[in-house]
Amino acid sequence: MKNHSVKNPGRRQFIQQGTALTATLVVGMHLPLASEAATSSGDKPALANAWIRISPNNQITLICSRSEMGQDVYTSLPALLAEELNLPLAMIQVEMAGVAPIYVNAMLGGQITGGSTSVREAFDKLRTAGAATRTVLVQAAANRWNVSVDQCKAMNGKVTHASGKSATYGELAADAAKLSLPEKPALKSPANFMVIGKEAMRRLDTPVKVKGKAVYGIDVKIPGMAIASLAQCPVIGGTPTSFDATETLKVSGVIKVVQISDGIAVLAKDFYAARKGRDTLKIVWAEGSNANLSNTFVRKSLEEGLSQKGATIKAVGNVNADLAGGKIISAQYFLPYLAHSTMEPVNCSADVSNGKCRIIGPIQFQQGGQAVAAAAAGVKPEDVTIETTFLGGGFGRKLELDFIRQAAEISKAAKMPVKMLWTKEDDITHDFYRPMSIHKIDGVVGSNGQLVTMKAKMVSQSVTARAFPGFVKDGFDPFMVEGSNNLTYDIPNLEVTNVISDAGIRVGYWRSVSNALNAFAVESFVDEAAKAANKDPVTFRLSALKKQPRAEAVLKLAVQKSGYQAGSKKFGVAQMESYDTYSACILELDTAASNTKVKKITFVSDCGIVVHPDQARAQLTGGILYGLSAALANEITIKNGRVQQDNFNNYPSIRHNQVPEIEVHLISSQEKPGGLGEVGVPLVAPALANAIAVATGNRIRELPIKV
Amino acid sequence: MAVSFTLNGKAVNFEGDPETPILWVLRDHLDVTSPKYGCGAGLCGACTVHLDGAAIRSCSTPISSASGKSVTTLEGLSSKVGKALQDAWIEFDVPQCGYCQTGQMMSAADLLTKKKKPNSEEIKNAMSGNICRCGTYSRIEKAVKRAADKLA
Repeated sequence: MKNHSVKNPGRRQFIQQGTALTATLVVGMHLPLASEAATSSGDKPALANAWIRISPNNQITLICSRSEMGQDVYTSLPALLAEELNLPLAMIQVEMAGVAPIYVNAMLGGQITGGSTSVREAFDKLRTAGAATRTVLVQAAANRWNVSVDQCKAMNGKVTHASGKSATYGELAADAAKLSLPEKPALKSPANFMVIGKEAMRRLDTPVKVKGKAVYGIDVKIPGMAIASLAQCPVIGGTPTSFDATETLKVSGVIKVVQISDGIAVLAKDFYAARKGRDTLKIVWAEGSNANLSNTFVRKSLEEGLSQKGATIKAVGNVNADLAGGKIISAQYFLPYLAHSTMEPVNCSADVSNGKCRIIGPIQFQQGGQAVAAAAAGVKPEDVTIETTFLGGGFGRKLELDFIRQAAEISKAAKMPVKMLWTKEDDITHDFYRPMSIHKIDGVVGSNGQLVTMKAKMVSQSVTARAFPGFVKDGFDPFMVEGSNNLTYDIPNLEVTNVISDAGIRVGYWRSVSNALNAFAVESFVDEAAKAANKDPVTFRLSALKKQPRAEAVLKLAVQKSGYQAGSKKFGVAQMESYDTYSACILELDTAASNTKVKKITFVSDCGIVVHPDQARAQLTGGILYGLSAALANEITIKNGRVQQDNFNNYPSIRHNQVPEIEVHLISSQEKPGGLGEVGVPLVAPALANAIAVATGNRIRELPIKV
Repeated sequence: MAVSFTLNGKAVNFEGDPETPILWVLRDHLDVTSPKYGCGAGLCGACTVHLDGAAIRSCSTPISSASGKSVTTLEGLSSKVGKALQDAWIEFDVPQCGYCQTGQMMSAADLLTKKKKPNSEEIKNAMSGNICRCGTYSRIEKAVKRAADKLA
């Protein structure tokens, strides 16, 4: 992993990082946590780099360069800096970063929050940045007191010397800022962690969220702005040909109506007026190439794709070998299109004026936002500022850039600052959907009772081919193979192929991406193989996991914690590795219920070193419920190019009285941190289908589970 | 046409379309942004406020129905109830993204005025009009119980 953080904080560096600093200060005005800082003279930072600002009065601000959408980056990333700065979290303030090259996510190649990478990517980087700054603070103290650095200790915001001398980090900051930062400072051993991994650690953003003071995109206010509601073509990809706003302009509160590339925006004093005005627009649409699209057509084209060879992802042994005495099994699995359905519908604020463009909103991909806003506003990228608010849920939807472009286009056309807010209906009908997928798997259970051969083919649209086409080569989409090129099972003859099928509605990265697609197919299939082998599904899995001690351990602990009993007709099991985290899920059905009812879900993960244990469990729990909603109830269908679901009534989310008992356990580990934000999602659906199969004999091969 | 009502104990006026939902009067005219827009159809509870002390979905209740009445948002909850709920929410680090939580707390406040010591089943049912896509439900249940204990 590249280290972006250790730089000499000299004058030249300040100039280079100027954009970042300006941007964070601007954001500071909008985020209450940051704005609580006083503005006295001692408050101006004496030491400042991309991650850390220390003022003479010892106010210490740590910068969070990933978007906070519930996954706790607002605490867990500053915690990495604080650990090496020897600072309790109570002593720090946090600010959201602006957009700058230094904030690029090395695992994803852009300033992106996604792929469960935040902690994984930052773990060494931010600890190194913290340690480097601590080193110069100690050096500054040693120089001042003319003593050796070995005799000085940095702790709790102060450097102390054996003689009793002491100075706060703030008092040392100006001197420390003149010193060169070491490139490879020694990092603490985990045994000495004082912040990381502590059960008592609390979220720094809870108080503002609980007081209703956290600023989400929808809460942004720019002086003089209008609220915009955008009419978009009911068929995604369609564009307006002409429109008549005569009636709209008569609606009380409507200010103006403007056309942008993919819609007609009504600007008003409040959202109700904007929406009411929009409903009276008469628009002629060019519906475009998707006008006749239906989900049945997409499904048919995926099925046709099964006959294509596709890209080979994995080829081990010989899948075509004649295995005498083997039992051949074949199955096909289907997953529907899904919407993200964040609580906070898509929105963005923009102010295009005087050759500049200011964007404020719930954004997961800042650099992309800067680029599309620049193009839409007709300004240079460096004249675009991106201010990231709290996100009312992301799940991958706010990685997209459509809403940022639209807000910039509206502000430019209307010549005024604007907050564009989509309705929930806009949000569900104009999403970038999780791809529909079909998986065909053939396998052989050998005379040893194990899965000796498996041939898995996945057919779906490629999100990456749309979003980052340069990353798809020879039919290989690196995100389509998640959950299939990292199988934990020891299968001597294995072939995994992917076929990219183009037909369909636009697709996007959806929490856990292809892990959820492939895990449903593979983990269902492994259960079918266990049945063919006449083996208990847990025993069958464990016999193929002997070379994977971490996978073996999570499954064994899940068995123990869940009270799993072989032969009992109520448990379903699934396990996988995703985002460098090993997980097992055992789901128990409520056999007393007349229809499918989940009684309890036991989930065990080994995610290496855990930064924030309480929130690690919260993330896994949340992922499980997100996956359960999808498995039980969610499906996007298309007719005449129009998405047919549009709100929580027909695209439901699990509610409080539907939640089963959930037990999450983390295995203590010293491995490098694994991801957590998406890990809970993929195993629920296969565990549920597997439980239904043992309970009823009915094998579910299509989602959602309609029983 | 003006609609007069009380917002968190203060007399306020709204000059505009009386059909405007309370939510947008609060958010876009009176700068009270703790009630959130989630669905616009009374399905998710993110916009929950109190009208004369009872929980309503402000996204689908016109401001005309607040005329002469009292609207309460999280900011205006009685100090005792509001503090008990917020303290409990902080104690259990309930929020993930946090977007739905103000609505959750307003529903919880409504529940606790009707039922001093709700059991798990009662909490789950009473809170089922409020969706949380992050899945914080079990912490919400714990926090409601803790707040009830503190208020008892």
